[in-house]
Amino acid sequence: MSRIPLVPEITEPLPSIRESEGLLTWVASIDHKQIGIMYLIATLFFFLVGGIEALLMRIQLIRPENDFISPEVFNQLFTMHGTTMIFFVVMPFLIGIGVYLVPLMIGARDMAFPRLNALSYWLFVLGGLLLYFSFFTQSGAPDVGWFAYTPLSEKPFTLNKGPTYWALGLLATGIGSVASGLNNIVTIITLRTPGLTMRRLPLFVWMILVTSFLLIFVMPIITSAFAMLLLDRLLGATFFMPATGGSAILYQHFFWGFGHPEVYILILPAFGIISEVIPVFSRKPIYGYEFVAGSTVAIGLLSLGVWAHHMFAVGLGNVFNAFFAIASMLIAIPTGIKVLNWTATMWGGKIHFATPMLFAVAFLIEFVVGGLSGVAIASPPIDWQATDTYFIVAHFHYTLFGGSLFAIFAGVYYWFPKMSGRMPSERLGRWHFWLTVIGFNLTFLVQHLIGLMGMPRRVYTYHDLPYWGDMNLISTVGSLILGLSVIIFVWNIITSLRSGMPAGNNPWKAWTLEWATTSPPPVHNFDLVPPVNSRRPLWDLAHPDMPDK
Amino acid sequence: MRFNARNTYMNKNKMLVSFFIVSESIFFLMLILAYVNFHRSVTDGPTAENSLNPIKTGIFSLFLLASSLTIWFAGKSLQRKNHFMLCIWLLLTILLGVTFLFGQGLEWVGLIKQDITINRNVFGTTFFTLTGFHGFHVTVGLIMLLILLGLAIAGDFRGPESDAVESVSIYWHFVDGVWIVVFSVIYLWAFV
Repeated sequence: MSRIPLVPEITEPLPSIRESEGLLTWVASIDHKQIGIMYLIATLFFFLVGGIEALLMRIQLIRPENDFISPEVFNQLFTMHGTTMIFFVVMPFLIGIGVYLVPLMIGARDMAFPRLNALSYWLFVLGGLLLYFSFFTQSGAPDVGWFAYTPLSEKPFTLNKGPTYWALGLLATGIGSVASGLNNIVTIITLRTPGLTMRRLPLFVWMILVTSFLLIFVMPIITSAFAMLLLDRLLGATFFMPATGGSAILYQHFFWGFGHPEVYILILPAFGIISEVIPVFSRKPIYGYEFVAGSTVAIGLLSLGVWAHHMFAVGLGNVFNAFFAIASMLIAIPTGIKVLNWTATMWGGKIHFATPMLFAVAFLIEFVVGGLSGVAIASPPIDWQATDTYFIVAHFHYTLFGGSLFAIFAGVYYWFPKMSGRMPSERLGRWHFWLTVIGFNLTFLVQHLIGLMGMPRRVYTYHDLPYWGDMNLISTVGSLILGLSVIIFVWNIITSLRSGMPAGNNPWKAWTLEWATTSPPPVHNFDLVPPVNSRRPLWDLAHPDMPDK
Repeated sequence: MRFNARNTYMNKNKMLVSFFIVSESIFFLMLILAYVNFHRSVTDGPTAENSLNPIKTGIFSLFLLASSLTIWFAGKSLQRKNHFMLCIWLLLTILLGVTFLFGQGLEWVGLIKQDITINRNVFGTTFFTLTGFHGFHVTVGLIMLLILLGLAIAGDFRGPESDAVESVSIYWHFVDGVWIVVFSVIYLWAFV
């Protein structure tokens, strides 16, 4: 696999309609590959913006009683960082790479509804612009936290326009997400190539399918809550205003009724990426295919009934808390099944540690850490102690950064050759990987301790208590290393796009259909879709004497 | 049901609309839950009991129910390749839908004249939001029906099948079904 087959020099850097080049072919495109790449470019932009916001916060927290930025700006930064990373980086990245890959993986020409696909993308862009436009209003960006609890986000408490732009932007993005969920479901059900039964579907496509169902089930919940919040703020309705008969708790139920399934929307496609990368780089088929797919469905269903574990501190009663604690802990079972499956896939395999595999293995370790702290705080007494402290911040960064984002990096390095026709630099990839792992763990491991020592999240500064300054310094140094790693990542992308080694059709010797076509794929994706008689059609093609069962 | 590429029992357009209304149902479910949540908590000011007229709204609801019937007949005419009757049934569906919206407009104007508005109390908030979003969906349905009618008059939809007519029909039945639930929750619950 280390030997790259020699192929003719690439003349077409990215897929585009041949007759006319230029910006318009992208802006007006309804080709799933172009839309997918536009998703990735836009999310990279938002990733850099959200990262800068995080770095500014870490610099403010580098020492006690620091006055680098004001409390008002700090509030805006953590609100925008959270909102950006969740709704404008991880979610659209996973949707976007799904849009790029799903038709290729199922041997289709395009998505079922190419125009709807473009609509989803541009609604996401519109949402991002609406959100960031708030910086230009008189009083700045929203400053009420990424979940914008009422009544704080209501008009009497937040007179500026921030939360209005926040809700409008997320409303637009959310409608786009429902549309792409619908599009994916219909595409996966109706456009599979003959022979590609549901039991032979690549696991990444399985995860996108379950995620898409979650999208269409839970996005309307938050859409209704945003509509209500906007009516409250703009027309004087009283949904979430306790002073005039409304209920602030209702907003929390609506928000987390969406918000918890949302974290599975953020992690299931990441599981899909890992389920593609680990077998290929272990040179073994996935261990327990049915269990990986089935446990995903189980996670999807369970995730709909656990939302109130975000609300233990509200005081909803012991029976209520016990129900949601048990339901939340149950999710550890299907998730644990997956971790065991991935480990068993590597067991006895001929493991090749290229950059995608490095990130996949690191994903396994970091995600398990985040999962374990998650099971801990699913217990109400522990949650009462840890809630709204840096322990929670550490927990969800281990799942969303150590989980989703590590998988995203694995996916970028894995599919970059397919998208661009060129290999990413392995040397820069390793620098990126090790700096990410070191920076990430330096930043967030100590935050468990700071949190347990009582440092609340979302405060712009802190007193000089024993060890607090030292640990925050470690965390900030880690975050700066992360910043450096991102620069290397972007540098790798840019230089490899220009002068990477030609990749050929299947540089990793993978087995799913997207590797059967050229890199980058032609506008029509396939001249001929290979026959599918098993889960690994390209293995069968390469080894006709010993095909998969 | 076999989910195989060349043997799907449902075509992609109707499948899209069906999953779309699943998503929409959850949206309306949340609005209805908000209404139900506050139903007993209004202590003073307007409530469903003291400000709504179930008979009048009930009569206008019949128009919407009837429109489900007429669009079903429109689908039948399409199957029988009866192009003229298809246009007639589509036109009737639109007229019935417009009548329903007119009735809702009358009701809203009457309430607003009594100073019952979205910012008066929780009843006003939940009532106007729920019926408003439903009315918005009726309006969207009417726009789609008008496009269908225009295309039909221009000569489209010769039958026996049309994804466009059937998909809009599925959506229209859904809008109708939502109203049955909304009417039951707001009007019947208050008065029965």
